[in-house]
Amino acid sequence: MMRQMLAIAAKELRDGVRNRWALAIAGVLAVLALAIAWFGPAASGRVGFASLGATVASLASLAVFLVPLVALLLGHESVVGEAERGTLLLLLAYPLGRRTLLAGKFLGHAALLAAATALGLGGAAAVLAAAGAAGEGLWPAFTRLILSTALLGWVFLALAYAISAGAREKGRALAGALAAWFAFVLVYDLVLLGTLVAAGGRLPPALFGALLVANPADAFRILNLTGLEAAEALGGLGAVARGPLVSAPVLAGVLAAWLAGLLGVAFHRFARREV
Amino acid sequence: MSAVLEIRDVQVRFGAVTALAAMTLTVQPGEVVGLLGHNGAGKTTTMKLALGLLRPQAGTVRLFGTDPAGRAGRVARRQVGFLPENVSFYDSLTGREVLRYLARLKGRAPREADALLERVGLAAAADRRVRGYSKGMRQRLGLAQALLGHPGLLLLDEPTVGLDPMATAEFYATVARLRAAGTAVVLSSHVLAGIERHIDRCVIVGRGHVLAAGTLEELRAEAGLPVAIRARGRWPDAPPVADDPAAGVWVRRLNGHQVEIRTTPARKLAVLRALAAAPGIEDIEVQPPGLEALYAHFDARLHGGGGKESRGA
Ligand SMILES: Nc1ncnc2c1ncn2[C@@H]1O[C@H](COP(=O)(O)OP(=O)(O)O)[C@@H](O)[C@H]1O
Ligand SMILES: [Mg+2]
Repeated sequence: MMRQMLAIAAKELRDGVRNRWALAIAGVLAVLALAIAWFGPAASGRVGFASLGATVASLASLAVFLVPLVALLLGHESVVGEAERGTLLLLLAYPLGRRTLLAGKFLGHAALLAAATALGLGGAAAVLAAAGAAGEGLWPAFTRLILSTALLGWVFLALAYAISAGAREKGRALAGALAAWFAFVLVYDLVLLGTLVAAGGRLPPALFGALLVANPADAFRILNLTGLEAAEALGGLGAVARGPLVSAPVLAGVLAAWLAGLLGVAFHRFARREV
Repeated sequence: MSAVLEIRDVQVRFGAVTALAAMTLTVQPGEVVGLLGHNGAGKTTTMKLALGLLRPQAGTVRLFGTDPAGRAGRVARRQVGFLPENVSFYDSLTGREVLRYLARLKGRAPREADALLERVGLAAAADRRVRGYSKGMRQRLGLAQALLGHPGLLLLDEPTVGLDPMATAEFYATVARLRAAGTAVVLSSHVLAGIERHIDRCVIVGRGHVLAAGTLEELRAEAGLPVAIRARGRWPDAPPVADDPAAGVWVRRLNGHQVEIRTTPARKLAVLRALAAAPGIEDIEVQPPGLEALYAHFDARLHGGGGKESRGA
């Protein structure tokens, strides 16, 4: 069973490398990281490198758009793609459990995402270090960024799997994935801010903070707001970011809970899926 | 020996649709059974049942003596090879990569994949991407994966749809070798032409019922359907056999030098003798009733004349 799962994961990983998903993800992240580090300060009229905190915060607020989209696109075909190709029926006729199949595929995709993230952001950090750009704290900050980006990617990968496991057609899975991206990455914050404005200050800050952190995209963003400078850059959010609700373990816990919950949904839907 | 596959009085419904109303199919080791019927008859559903991918609402399914949808089903499935009707393998992998991957999933050594590629005649194309494979090559790859692990039972769902006659012949040649090696085969088809010679026994399904079962000769004899004979030759006046509906001989001129004669199985030899002895005869072709005719006959018998009435192929 373990062996089958690893064989499936290895195939997904190889597919992702061969059709250049890995390269694209790593490349885009690396280019973004370097561009922000080099050109970020130009906007404020200074010359040279941005401070580490500002670089990481800017990078996180770009990654929060990009990484969920990439993960959703990577995973939305996972089940429904095999179903349309006819290979799902074939694989389920093998001496292979459904859970093993789904777990193997997820493992492969998750490894692909993590490796591409580590390669892209790690590569950028190495360039910055070589250029003597950031001094102290570079590696701890980037390590946290890489780990949290991978975790964010996995959450949205699990969401893509949950969508795919319940979808009849690839087109619908894609539509569902894009809708999910809009909802989590764009709409959620707008609605929350709208609520805040409409409530005219009567919304308890703790509730607002909890609602903000409940969204995995925001949890990720806040997790990477290190240092006062970055917190100030985000204005009102800074107050929330300093609250006790949002210590790094809690934020990581929110992401992990989303990951576990969405994987649970994906496995449940796949177990009940008709072939 | 005990049966490889035993499906008894099975009923399968999808909501309001009854896919199988009363399906019974027993397959003994080493026999080749044709599962024949039109689209929607329930052939694929029967195969999914055998594989434990569906649970019947009523009736029993036994694969190598165990319930394939139960706990031991996974073990039983090790001994089964399955070729689904519309499968397109991973286009971006080579044939060898696909087969090695599937070998691992079936718990077999990758070496076995290489040997099978050789056996189905794909050795030369093994390291090319599946994307560039012809339909016939894809089907051979499909057969190769079904053969992983030396299965005791092969389920082939409409394996020759879309294959040209040459590829079909090659496909059946491989099936014939397997049969000789003692593997039981169930192959489904919605046409009779081409598969007749390759099956020991057939089960005709329609509307979720078994309409008839037996060897094709038995079924044809039982149905007593007319045989169509085409004769070509030079006969300036009348054709060599006269129209005689009372005796069960119907003659139709197709053109100046071709006739089609329909006759009962009992009169067939007499007609053939007369044709062979006729002056100017050039060619004789015998067409036994096809699936369409058999299907219509047995469907009408089961459903009290509700089926299509057609004679001949
Ligand atoms: N998953 C399903 N949901 C609803 N109806 C189905 C499903 N699978 C098969 N059917 C119906 O069951 C009948 C038998 O289908 P099938 O076994 O695929 O036929 P065949 O393979 O002989 O063409 C058809 O009427 C088909 O529409
Ligand atoms: Mg079918």
